[in-house]
Amino acid sequence: MIIAVLSGFFFAALLPLLGRFARKSVPLIFSFLPIALFVFFLTSLPLIKGGNTWISYHSWIPSFGIDLSFRLDGLSMLFALMITGIGALVFTYTAYYLKGHPYLDRFYGYLSMFMASMLGVVLSDNLMSMFIFWELTSISSFFLIGFNNEEASSRKSAMTALGITGFGGLVMLAGFVLIGHAADTYSITELLTRPEVLKSHSSYTWIIVLVFVGAFTKSAQFPFHFWLPAAMKAPTPVSTYLHSATMVKAGVFLLARFTPILGDTFWWNTTLITIGAFTMLYAAIHAIFRVDLKSILAYSTISALGILVFLIGIGSEKALLGAALFILAHALYKAALFLITGIIDHQTGSRDVSKLAGLRKVMMPVAVAGFIAALSSAGFPFLIGFLSKEVMYEAGLQFGEWAFLLTAILVLTKILLFVAGFWAGIKPFSGILPNEFQKVTLPSALLWVPPLLLGTLSLLFGVFPSIIEQALIQPVVSSMTGKESPIYLALWHGFNLVLLLSVITLLLGFFLYVFLKPSEKLFSKTLRFENISPENIIETIGSYFSIFAIKWTKFFQNGYLRNYVITILAFLTILTAYRLFGGVNIYIDWKQISVITPSEIIVVVLMIISIFFAILSTSRTASIVALGVVGFANCLFFLFYSAPDLAMTQFSIDTLTVLLFMLVLVKLPKNKTFSSKRIRIRDAVLSLLFGTLIAILTLEVFEEPSSSEVSKYFADNAYLLAKGRNVVNVILVDFRGFDTMVETVVLVIAAVGVFSLMKLDLNPSKKE
Amino acid sequence: MEILLIIIIGLLHAGGLYMLLRRSMFKMIIGLILLGNGANLLIFLMGRLVKGHPPVIEDGLKVFTEIYADPLPQALVLTAIVIGFGLQSFAIILIKRVHRVLETDDLDELNSTDEEI
Repeated sequence: MIIAVLSGFFFAALLPLLGRFARKSVPLIFSFLPIALFVFFLTSLPLIKGGNTWISYHSWIPSFGIDLSFRLDGLSMLFALMITGIGALVFTYTAYYLKGHPYLDRFYGYLSMFMASMLGVVLSDNLMSMFIFWELTSISSFFLIGFNNEEASSRKSAMTALGITGFGGLVMLAGFVLIGHAADTYSITELLTRPEVLKSHSSYTWIIVLVFVGAFTKSAQFPFHFWLPAAMKAPTPVSTYLHSATMVKAGVFLLARFTPILGDTFWWNTTLITIGAFTMLYAAIHAIFRVDLKSILAYSTISALGILVFLIGIGSEKALLGAALFILAHALYKAALFLITGIIDHQTGSRDVSKLAGLRKVMMPVAVAGFIAALSSAGFPFLIGFLSKEVMYEAGLQFGEWAFLLTAILVLTKILLFVAGFWAGIKPFSGILPNEFQKVTLPSALLWVPPLLLGTLSLLFGVFPSIIEQALIQPVVSSMTGKESPIYLALWHGFNLVLLLSVITLLLGFFLYVFLKPSEKLFSKTLRFENISPENIIETIGSYFSIFAIKWTKFFQNGYLRNYVITILAFLTILTAYRLFGGVNIYIDWKQISVITPSEIIVVVLMIISIFFAILSTSRTASIVALGVVGFANCLFFLFYSAPDLAMTQFSIDTLTVLLFMLVLVKLPKNKTFSSKRIRIRDAVLSLLFGTLIAILTLEVFEEPSSSEVSKYFADNAYLLAKGRNVVNVILVDFRGFDTMVETVVLVIAAVGVFSLMKLDLNPSKKE
Repeated sequence: MEILLIIIIGLLHAGGLYMLLRRSMFKMIIGLILLGNGANLLIFLMGRLVKGHPPVIEDGLKVFTEIYADPLPQALVLTAIVIGFGLQSFAIILIKRVHRVLETDDLDELNSTDEEI
């Protein structure tokens, strides 16, 4: 199974090498991969029969509990089949749709990367690897949405999508970490065996909130829904693939996956039902105010996702069955509608539903596909959409005291979706063909066969539900409920309330379709509410955030190194000072302190004077001389306190530095004061504080007993091991010989640098 | 005596930092050297002060018989002094170079990267 998941990545990696060749000669070759994967999953169907699972385990980072383990059960099988099946159709479709596009191979690379990540998401058994694949889908979809990278709007919507879904993914990661913390495992299989651990855990509420944010952003639930209509800037195959069948359903998948683990609690059900119900109605209303075919489809997709979330929220067996059926039904008809929209756009150059009409005369097969898809979307009998709708209504009606309200919302949504589906699938083909479209022709079969195939499947599953009943849907439901639950799909349930509702839906939907005509006027009415739409609010927040970021950066990253130093040191000083005030006793152990002799006093006074002189003098020469005195005073200290080697080194080095300074800088002008008095006072205060802090810290360390084991080792063994009497020298050339060697190298580098800088002469004219 | 040394260490650090924050490159180098001296003295002090007993084993003996000054900080400081010299000399030459080409000592005039060298 690992090969199945990762093959998409390998394929994408191969494309830069082979792409150029394949793009020109045989673009269809790209479809081979999804078809092969589809067949692979199809043949694995018997493995999951009756709620069985197939787990394949590969260790990855065992120390963090992260594995590449994959789990194939009903739910992941359903998604894997959709991903690869619709993937195969989209791959084929693209071969013609983007024929001759200069970046076709790149497009396929992104597409197969996306497909592989999507498979990873639905098959992962480990929450961490699921998160990684989840973010990979966001990233690869970013490239796909922004594929027309020359258009600013395309880039913007790609950014929006990445921002929203990426943000959601990170929130979800936090939820996963909490889960891992609470249950002590990241494995879904293990979580499934003991769901009560998480439900009774104290951070349960946090976990579901975080997981919800992840699922809602990905599945475009209110208030994160707006990235999806914006993402319609992508080429139509992308919209088909990402926004009907796969990526947006990842959120639904997540919720379905966690239903047996986290579900069936008050907060879980209430939140999902509320958000789902609101989203489905809100988006359905939006859908019928649009005139752009793709916008209609985008909003009806959001609405459909709302229905799914709603059904998972209800959480009864019926509702989950409805969700499983609807996932499949929606993928089949929505992908078909998107593909058809793509064909219409490709052939006529228009997606305006108020203008398109009568196209059946020129592209009959497409019209048939559109007809079936629209009927399935509306839920006509003998189509899979009908089955899902029936089960849905039944689930709604069974939901206790709120049943009436919830079913009413569901029916209303369904009526509106009926209209939206008809507009997309039937309206462009019915009526009289306008003159401007007379010359439109039927495109290559590569374009119209995929939607027709999807339509056929809708019909096939609708007439003979037994094909999928036991083999696919039953395992899906049992993987969501966590137990064996026999299901029964039928076309005819007898005369009951559900049937009545179905009839009402169809009738009202049809009336609405007949009387309501899509037009720009309706669309412009909705613009009035733009100011309070979540999209606007989030964009405003986003722009304020970037202004804030710019100011923040300008303040802290202002390019003046000394300001960085000031910030860091001021922070350090204040922090340490705070700590020192809070309970560190400063004491001086006078027994440790050695007595002061007059000669030492003289050196100390000399040093203090010369420090101030070096700082305050306006003459360069004087500063340098003062610096020299500081160095020599230092040298005397070394001499007083038994460090003859240090004294010697310091003496020679100090002399050299002063000489070098004098020789090089004597020609420079006098010291100038660049900064204002205020800044100098500020720096002086900070420096004094810093100096005090260092002094106090030194005192603190000094009062602690020193451990001299290392020194003792060196001193004891200097002669015995290294045959040297001067311990300092022995340390440098023997015990730490390598250090000294490297140090010498550093000096050599410095010397080379000095020499080359002195000799460097790039621009002779500027020389004196 | 240690208290006085600690005060000097504080002063060297304060003066070094103050000079480091100046806009004049010349003053920055002064600050660098002062800081270096302060740090060296600090490390040296951490080995505790011992008078008149350098860490040199007397002739004829194989190990120390009396107390001796801690050799480890001395070795460290020795390294630091030498490396510090490398840094200082390179910095000195560098400003000389900058000054010759750009004829300024003000850091804030070096903002542009497009200057012709």
